[in-house]
Amino acid sequence: MSDTATTTKKDWTSDQEVRWCPGCGDYSILTAMQLLMPEIGTRREDTVFISGIGCAARFPYYMNTYGMHSIHGRSPAIATGLAMARPDLDVWVVGGDGDMLSIGGNHLIHALRRNVNLTILLFNNQIYGLTKGQYSPTSEVGKVTNSTPMGSLDTPFNPVSVALGVEATFVARTHDMDRAHMQEMFRRAHDHNGAAIVEVYQNCNVFNDGAFASITKKDARADMLIELTNGEPVRFGPEGERGVMLDNGIARIVEVDDVGVDALIVHNEAAPDSSVAFALSRLAGDRESPTPVGVFRALDSIDYGAAVNAQLAAAQTEGGGDLHGLLHSLPTWEVS
Amino acid sequence: MTNTDERLAEIREVDRIIVRFAGDSGDGMQLTGDRFTSASALSGNDLATLPEFPAEIRAPAGTLAGVSAFQVHISDHDIHTHGDAPNVLVAMNPAAMKSDLPKLESGGTVIVNTDAFEERNLTKAAYDSNPLEDGTLDGYSVITAPMTALTKEVCKDLGVKPRDAERSKNFFALGLVSWLYTRPTEPTMHWIREKFAGKDLVIAANEAAFKAGHAFGETAELSASRLAVRPAELPAGTYTNINGNTALSWGLIAASQKAGVPIFLGSYPITPASDILHELAKHKNFGVRTLQAEDEIAAIGSALGAAYGGHLGVTTTSGPGVALKGETMGLAVSLELPLVIVDVQRGGPSTGLPTKTEAADLMMARYGRHGEAPLPIVSANSPSDCFRAAFEAVRIALRYRTPVILLSDGYLANGTEPWRLPDVDSLPDISVDFAAGPNALNEDGEHVFWPYIRNEDLARSWAIPGTDDIMHRIGGIEKEDGTGNISYDPENHGAMVDIREERIQKIAESYPSLEVVGVPDADVLLVGWGSTWGAITGAVGRLQRAGRSVGHVHLRNLYPFPNDLGEILKNREHVIVPEMNLGQLTALLRAEYLVDATVISKVTGQPFTAGELVTQIEEIVG
Ligand code: SF4
Repeated sequence: MSDTATTTKKDWTSDQEVRWCPGCGDYSILTAMQLLMPEIGTRREDTVFISGIGCAARFPYYMNTYGMHSIHGRSPAIATGLAMARPDLDVWVVGGDGDMLSIGGNHLIHALRRNVNLTILLFNNQIYGLTKGQYSPTSEVGKVTNSTPMGSLDTPFNPVSVALGVEATFVARTHDMDRAHMQEMFRRAHDHNGAAIVEVYQNCNVFNDGAFASITKKDARADMLIELTNGEPVRFGPEGERGVMLDNGIARIVEVDDVGVDALIVHNEAAPDSSVAFALSRLAGDRESPTPVGVFRALDSIDYGAAVNAQLAAAQTEGGGDLHGLLHSLPTWEVS
Repeated sequence: MTNTDERLAEIREVDRIIVRFAGDSGDGMQLTGDRFTSASALSGNDLATLPEFPAEIRAPAGTLAGVSAFQVHISDHDIHTHGDAPNVLVAMNPAAMKSDLPKLESGGTVIVNTDAFEERNLTKAAYDSNPLEDGTLDGYSVITAPMTALTKEVCKDLGVKPRDAERSKNFFALGLVSWLYTRPTEPTMHWIREKFAGKDLVIAANEAAFKAGHAFGETAELSASRLAVRPAELPAGTYTNINGNTALSWGLIAASQKAGVPIFLGSYPITPASDILHELAKHKNFGVRTLQAEDEIAAIGSALGAAYGGHLGVTTTSGPGVALKGETMGLAVSLELPLVIVDVQRGGPSTGLPTKTEAADLMMARYGRHGEAPLPIVSANSPSDCFRAAFEAVRIALRYRTPVILLSDGYLANGTEPWRLPDVDSLPDISVDFAAGPNALNEDGEHVFWPYIRNEDLARSWAIPGTDDIMHRIGGIEKEDGTGNISYDPENHGAMVDIREERIQKIAESYPSLEVVGVPDADVLLVGWGSTWGAITGAVGRLQRAGRSVGHVHLRNLYPFPNDLGEILKNREHVIVPEMNLGQLTALLRAEYLVDATVISKVTGQPFTAGELVTQIEEIVG
């Protein structure tokens, strides 16, 4: 069956037994994806999931599409080759914070700045799960783990800030507690031309349980999640009573009554300059502060595979290569 | 000394000459040598070249570290190396004289730019006194010319600034040497006009300098006689002068055309392999996609991703890059996807000698991955042979669905030789099929696709995304043969290790028989691989002319070894393996065949010469 109009969740579900720990946030992400795919309008046969190593990297086995479970950190590089060679495919990259920001950080930033046509899902659980709980490049300072008995010392990455800093043209954040929001972010990322990255706050209930609970649990969301809506002032709170304004280039949370609605940032995801989006991304400093979710940036631009293929087409306007001609392209002489 | 008229008449024919151009890296020696080579190629000589340049882009001017040289061996017969000792040294400055005079044959000719032999340059070259005056050159034929001054002089009326005119002095040297060796001048003049098109002053200066050098030979009183080398008697055909990196690039393109699979090259710049990236990037009209990746790992990763998508994935690098690609090669072994990894070997370890040649990556190619991760190894023998070697690597990769390592080296990469162009229609068809549908029945009797079902070559099918009815997942985790499902079963892992080895061993069934040249059943057998081919071939010729009975077998396929190699090694008094490492092939042969092989090592960053091989072989054989 290859007609997308008739697929259901079952069609997108592989026959492999899912092997994440019971209660892991990865389950809800997988379900969101399997439910979303029938609606998205691509063929399973044209869909490829590429992953590296880690808990999140098991994802491709569970999708009834093409898939490659590759090696630690390298999925953006492998996917880059596939997307350049085969612009007809719908290529997704799935990985965790260790996979994509530590061992594979270099590949991630280059795939983003090249604007390769990839939809990248970064499951951020702020811990190493598969290797049993060491701190990760997104763990908060002072994290006590087996490898950091006196607390970690390194400053964590803020993945959205990293992505905006390396010229990503689509950057969003969502979390594993809200299926509809995840699906909306995945859909928007998929529809974007070029590299799209979605950071998914994902709960690892075994090694880092509740890492995001203070902002993602239902009764906290109104106060703690700042929903970004394009073209709208950035405000949140049960009554929309709080908002975000720029103060000397720095995003500050303010009471709307104190400053007036006109003082708030009006979110523009298509702004060519990413400075305001970057300022907003800095609000996710710790778990006690309100954190923006939604699309930070969505800038229309030509994707890398299309640009590569345009060069190929231009080189072939006179027809394809002639092998005999190539071999005779340097000065030649005859011996008789 | 002869007078002008007599001298003009006196052209002596020789069967070969070896000229070495040496100067500061800013002096344009590579360009000069290359032009002299091209003019010789067009006159039908056989030739071989050895360019040598410093690792620094601009080493301090005038110093020994900054010496750049180009040696060319031209001949009226079939030759295989850049030659032993040069007959002629062109020394553009004292540093070049200091570093390269010891290489010159005794009694050879030295051509000197006297203007460069002033106090400051002599000091930089660590000369206490001027070698032009202190007897250093006694016993050599010396031709001196104030090249800088004469070049400036002829450029004066052209409106060229003296500083710019000075840059043309290499063309003066080229003109002089072209006169001395009766090379045709028109191809060089033509080349100057093309190369510097749009820069009229540069054309004028270079042409004037070239003509002045030529005229200097005609009018100055020179002690050396003019020499001519007749065209070589080569097999009939169309020839071009080619270096290894270009031939390798063309071999990949030819194979891609004959396979009907477009090339995807993922590469990271590295000496001496970068020119393959440059060459392939030029040929997008053949459907070649190139990615200058962020690092060596991404270079091979992207190539593997493209291979998964049905393209001919290629990555090109040198030893340090291969070290970084090891893990991805292991993944390719596990995924059983075609991939070509080109290693243009250079001096190691670490940064080592980036611009010098060495062939010490054989063990890394053979064993340099964790786990039992066998993959085939193909190597090139000469610059033009890089074309065939590349074609063979692609053939194996596509047919057997495996990563293949193709070994070249710095000497092959930059060295040139005349190449009789193959008829493109004579190249074999190496096209492959992609999986098109289900290939198995599951327990419920449904038609399904299992990625690890194998054909008679033990190769699995190349199943690419976008194809209906064969969706599947693959990965680096051990899998069950057939279904491809993840499997941690001990028995299955053992079986998969065996299958992966066996399927590589099967490749040897597709090789042509080995050829032993020289005396096939001689007591003394030379076994070679890679760029030692030229020097070994030369040495075998000399030994035979001296009445010695020797055979030579050269290995294209280094893993798996050819099935007939064991028989060939048997019952020899001496099996001798010249290699540019401490004995890596030697060790593999000893391990595989229990043969008492002896290595002749050279690990100096320089290729073997036939002469030194003859000496060492005679020492071993006694
Ligand atoms: S270790 Fe954590 S992230 Fe990994 S599967 Fe278990 S709960 Fe999920």
